[in-house]
Amino acid sequence: MAKFAALFGFGAILLALPHALSFSQQEILVFLTINVLLVASYRLLTLTGEWSLGHVVIMGVGAYASALLSKRLGIYVPVAMLLGAVTAAMIALALSFPLFRMKGFYFLIGSFAAGEIIRLLWKRFRDPFGGPKGLKKIDPMPDFDIGIYAFDFFEPVSYYYFALAVVGVSLWVMWRIERSPVGLTFHAVHWQDRLAEASGVNVRAYRTLAFVLASGFAGLSGALLAHYIGTINPNSFDVEQMVFVLTWTIVGGTATFYGPILGCVVLTVLNEIVLREAGFEQMRPLIYGLILILSVLFMPKGLESLVRGAFSGRNARKNKAGETKAME
Amino acid sequence: MSPPVLEIDDLTMRFGGLTAIDRLSFKVERGAIHGLIGPNGAGKTTTFNVVSGFYKPTGGEVRLRGETISGLRMYEVARRGVVRTFQHSTLFAELTVLENVLIGTHMSFPPNIFAAMAGVDKANRRAARARAEEALDFFGLAGLADELAGDLPHGHQRALGMAVALAARPDVVLLDEPFTGMNPEETRRMMELMVKLRDTGVTILLVEHDMHAIMGLCDRITCMSFGRLLAEGNPQEIRHHPDVIEAYLGGARHVA
Ligand SMILES: Nc1ncnc2c1ncn2[C@@H]1O[C@H](COP(=O)(O)OP(=O)(O)O)[C@@H](O)[C@H]1O
Ligand SMILES: [Mg+2]
Repeated sequence: MAKFAALFGFGAILLALPHALSFSQQEILVFLTINVLLVASYRLLTLTGEWSLGHVVIMGVGAYASALLSKRLGIYVPVAMLLGAVTAAMIALALSFPLFRMKGFYFLIGSFAAGEIIRLLWKRFRDPFGGPKGLKKIDPMPDFDIGIYAFDFFEPVSYYYFALAVVGVSLWVMWRIERSPVGLTFHAVHWQDRLAEASGVNVRAYRTLAFVLASGFAGLSGALLAHYIGTINPNSFDVEQMVFVLTWTIVGGTATFYGPILGCVVLTVLNEIVLREAGFEQMRPLIYGLILILSVLFMPKGLESLVRGAFSGRNARKNKAGETKAME
Repeated sequence: MSPPVLEIDDLTMRFGGLTAIDRLSFKVERGAIHGLIGPNGAGKTTTFNVVSGFYKPTGGEVRLRGETISGLRMYEVARRGVVRTFQHSTLFAELTVLENVLIGTHMSFPPNIFAAMAGVDKANRRAARARAEEALDFFGLAGLADELAGDLPHGHQRALGMAVALAARPDVVLLDEPFTGMNPEETRRMMELMVKLRDTGVTILLVEHDMHAIMGLCDRITCMSFGRLLAEGNPQEIRHHPDVIEAYLGGARHVA
């Protein structure tokens, strides 16, 4: 019951949040929401123990696919977004055949190479990908009205609510997967693939499943991005973006579902509110690099470990308070 | 007489220049406890690795109920009913004891992602959990279900390894030195459990250094040395076999 109330309160805060922000901050909030989906999908991939450097390119696959489907074929934008996610998942499935011949470091390098090949294809083929300039005038979300709220997608607030709903449902699905026997099997494959396989688990199939699912959600985040900013190009999905995703994930920690999300939110707030306001925008990659190194050195278990520490600390204090009361 | 459940036929496994298994042949009867012994480095673990599909043999083959299984992947061998444990406590150390055994039920209750998302796999999950708890009960680990596997004392880890394997309800189970790290009392209890298992129809292929346990448990014993078959017979025959005594004296180990 308390859990339900907390969830309800949290939802209310998320709904009220944009009204306390400036227009440009509202735009950042939309990007943040999309990035939360991206980073959460990245964690789903890492559940089986593989770290990819191609995840942002896969996000781009969803963005390009959704943009092209709506632009060229006139497919209704929300449907195009779903198809974009499916396309990203399918590309990931095709990539899994060469990539999952490799493990660990080699998988990392292989995923990077695969991503760069996809980006080269976008650059090389002006038709349909628009070459280095990419795609412009991507169809925006068509406005609609659900009775209690009229979505006007010219407004970031409306797109924020839309993205919030999509991301919320996606997170809920990922959460359910992780809490299911499928999620347990992902963990098993990560921690001890030999024993998992001896127990009859098709380890390769489970690695592929995690990769395909994560890629689908990454593709969905890409589609959300494309129809918001209206223009994408190969550099929107370059390795610099990937470094941000890695930084969010590592700084947040991967032991819990919320770790990478926490990393993404905290670093985005730090970046946008603190750095931008203070005029350090140019040094963003440098500062991110520094934060990454410092967090690996001094906080190897990520921000999530602080949260967990705080909670157990609070409980301990509560118990102590109870004891003192009892003594009085 | 029923045909052997497992046949090792002219099996050879080479690693570069080293021949770890050299034209080894033996048969395991259905419902038997079959011991595989030999000095350190004789090739027992390698034999398990080949039978379970972890390695593809250089030559020869392994047959299960007459069907060739050598060359199959490990999970495919497992799905045909041959499940193994590992020599060194190989567990999901970061998962709980119950979660470890739940992975063991993977084949009997395969997870289904769509059912999981729709929340219609409750019956499946409940059945898997019941099976897992049953396996923990059998090995006396029920009270430790929520502990992290990595935190267990060594003897309990060995028992958990067997619980994971047996939660799969295999026809044939390959146990690699299951009694290492157990005290005499634990070993005695485990031996009773082995016999109980055999009596339910499970075929057990057992590698073990504890000669007292081997002689007390096994219906039949295969002894290998330097990758080759040295002797085969019942415990009495093996105990008095000159080649076996010679091999063990050479390997600085006494036959019980
Ligand atoms: N993967 C491997 N690569 C190279 N040599 C191996 C490998 N596995 C086992 N061996 C060698 O094969 C021989 C048999 O080892 P093993 O089967 O572990 O013996 P046992 O279990 O009987 O003590 C040893 O000489 C060992 O060094
Ligand atoms: Mg061995």
